[in-house]
Amino acid sequence: MDTFLQQLINGIVQGSIYALVALGYTMVYGIMGLINFAHGEVVMIGTMVSITVLGILLGLGVPMGLAAVLALLAAMLVCMILGWSLERIAYRPLRNAPRLTPLITAIGMSIVLQNLAMIIWSRNYLSFPPIIEKVSYEVAGAHFSNVQLLIVVLAGLSMAGLLLLIYRTRLGMAMRATAQNLPVAQLMGVNVNRVIAAAFIIGSAMGALAGFMVGAYYEIAHYQMGFMLGLKAFTAAVLGGIGNLGGAMLGGLLLGIIEALAAGYIGDLTGGFLGSHYQDIFAFVVLIGVLMFRPSGLFGEKTGERA
Amino acid sequence: MRHPFLHWLLRLPRHTAFLALTGGAILLALPVVAMLGGQAWVRILDLAILYVFLALGLNIVVGFAGLLDLGYIAFYAVGAYTWALLASPHFGLHLPFWVILPIGALLACLFGVLLGAPTLRLRGDYLAIVTLGFGEIIRIFLNNLNAPVNITNGPQGITLIDPVAFGAFKLSGRTELFGYTLVGPQKYYYLLLALCVLVVLINYRLQHSRIGRAWQAIREDEVAAKAVGINTRNMKLLAFAMGASFGGIAGGVYAAMQGFVSPESFSLMESIMILAMVVLGGMGHIPGVILGAVLLSILPEALRFGVVPAQQALFGKVLVDPESLRMLVFGLALVLVMRFRPQGLWPSRERKRELLAGEEGKA
Repeated sequence: MDTFLQQLINGIVQGSIYALVALGYTMVYGIMGLINFAHGEVVMIGTMVSITVLGILLGLGVPMGLAAVLALLAAMLVCMILGWSLERIAYRPLRNAPRLTPLITAIGMSIVLQNLAMIIWSRNYLSFPPIIEKVSYEVAGAHFSNVQLLIVVLAGLSMAGLLLLIYRTRLGMAMRATAQNLPVAQLMGVNVNRVIAAAFIIGSAMGALAGFMVGAYYEIAHYQMGFMLGLKAFTAAVLGGIGNLGGAMLGGLLLGIIEALAAGYIGDLTGGFLGSHYQDIFAFVVLIGVLMFRPSGLFGEKTGERA
Repeated sequence: MRHPFLHWLLRLPRHTAFLALTGGAILLALPVVAMLGGQAWVRILDLAILYVFLALGLNIVVGFAGLLDLGYIAFYAVGAYTWALLASPHFGLHLPFWVILPIGALLACLFGVLLGAPTLRLRGDYLAIVTLGFGEIIRIFLNNLNAPVNITNGPQGITLIDPVAFGAFKLSGRTELFGYTLVGPQKYYYLLLALCVLVVLINYRLQHSRIGRAWQAIREDEVAAKAVGINTRNMKLLAFAMGASFGGIAGGVYAAMQGFVSPESFSLMESIMILAMVVLGGMGHIPGVILGAVLLSILPEALRFGVVPAQQALFGKVLVDPESLRMLVFGLALVLVMRFRPQGLWPSRERKRELLAGEEGKA
C-alpha cells in the first residue's frame, strides 16, 4: 500500500508536467494538424535558460524565491520567442505543402535546437539550483515535498488559466474556430496567422513552465532531455484525444500515474525479469494500445480518417 | 557473329551504354582507388553503399507507398542482432549466412507486420510516432536484456561476430587475387554492391508493377484507391513488410562486416538520417534516393575532416566540437531543402511536374 500511494503521488507530479507539455502539442495539432516535433526541445531550452538565469541571479545575491520567479519569466520569454520563430521559419512557409514536409522540417529544427543547446550549455549534465528550502511531508507512509506540491499547484493554475483564455476570450474563440475549420474561419474574418502564432507562443510558454518544473524536480538537466519528454507528452496528448485540451491534461496525468505505478510494480509482476529501467517503454505500449483500440483517444470525438 | 551482350549494348542509345559501362567500371574500381587513401576510406565507401541499400529499402515504404516510418532502424537492429546472436561465441552458435540472413529478414518482416497491422489504418502521422516509439522500445530492450538472463549483453554489445563466409572463403581478412591483395572491407564492398544492384532492380521492377501502381494510388489518394478496388490495408502492410525485410538483411550484413553490434548503433538519429536520405534525394525516385544516400553518408565524413582545420585556420583554435557542428549543419540542411526544394534534389519527372502544377494552381 505504501508503494501504491507513493507511486501515485510521484505519478501525479510527473503527470502534471506531461500535461503541460502535452497542451503545447495538442493546441498546435488541433489547429494545424501538425506534430510540432521540436516542442520537446523548446521545453529543454526552457530548463536551460532557467538554470543560466538562476545561476546569475543567485550569484548576484538575489533571494531564492525572487530569483526563481525571474528565471521562470526569462525562460518563458525566450521560449515564446523561440516558438514564434519556429512557426515563422519552419512551418508557415510550408502550410500548403504535402503533409510529410513540415514534419521533416520539424525534425530538422529539433536537431538544430538540440545541437545549439549542446554548443551553448555543453554536453554535460547541469545541476539545477534549488529554488526553495525543501520541506518533506508524510501522509499515510508516503512522502512528498513542497517542490512537488508547488509543481502540481502551478500546473493546475496555468491549465485553468489556459481554459479561461480558450473559452472566455475573443482570441480563444478565434482559436476554436480555426481548429474547427481553418478556411471558413479565415472567411469569417479571423486572422488565421495570428491565431496560429498565438497557439505556438502560448504552447511554448507552458512548455517553458514545464521545463522549469522538470529542472526544479529532478535538479538536473541535459541537452537531450527534451526528446523523451516530448515523445511522452505527445503520447499523453494522443491518449487524451489529440486536439482536445481537457483530454491532454487528463491524458498527461493518466500517463504519469500509469508510468509510476508500472515502474513500481513491474519487478514484482514479472518475477524480477523486467526492472524499473523499462519505465520508458510503458508510454509507447500505452500509445500503441490506445491507437489499436481507441484511435481517437479516451476523450476525443470520433473523427475518422482525414486525408 | 557478335556476342549477344555486345549486341544488346550496341543497340542501346550510345550515351546510355557509355554511361552504364563507365559507371560500372568506376563502381568496380572504387575500392581499389580508395585503398590508396587507406582502409578507412574503403570503410566509408562500404557504409555509403550500405546506406544506399537501406535508403532504397525505406524508399519502398516512404517513397512508393507514402507511409512515414520513423523507426526503420529497428528492423535493421533486428537483422543485426539476429546475425550477432546466431553467429558468435555469445551463444556458441555459428550458423552459415544463408540460414541467418533469411531468418533475420523474416523476423524483421514479422515485426513490421505486427507493428503495421494496428496502425496502418490510422492517419500517417500516427504511424510516424508509433514507429518512432517502436524504434525506441527495441533499443531499450537491447540495452537492458542482459539481466537476469543475458540475451543481448546489454550496452556492451556483442563482439567476435562471424564474418560472411562462402564455405572456406571468408570476407574478412586478406585474400590474394591475381597478385593483388584484397582487404576485408574491399571484399565486403563487392558483396554490398551486388546486394545494392539487386535491390535497385527490385525497386525498378516493383515501381511499375501492379503493386507499385497500387502503392502510388494509395500515396496520392487513399480514399480513391480504395474506391477503385485496391485492398489498401494489405498493400500498405506489404510495403511495410518489404521495407522491413530489406532493413533486416542490411542489418545482418552490417553485423557481419563490423564484427560487433551494440544498441548505440541503432538510435533514433539513424532512422532520421535514412529518412533524410530518401527525402533529400527525392522520394520515390530511385536515382534521387541513391544520390541522397551517397551525399548524406559521405558529407558528414568530409565535414569531420574539414571542420577542425577550418576552425583552426579561422580562429586559431577549435571553438565548436565538430560532431555538434556537423549535426547542426545537417539539421539546417533538412529545413532549407524542405523549404526551397520540397521535391528533393533529384525528383522524378512526374513529381516535379505535379509540384510545379500545384504552385501554378495556387497563384
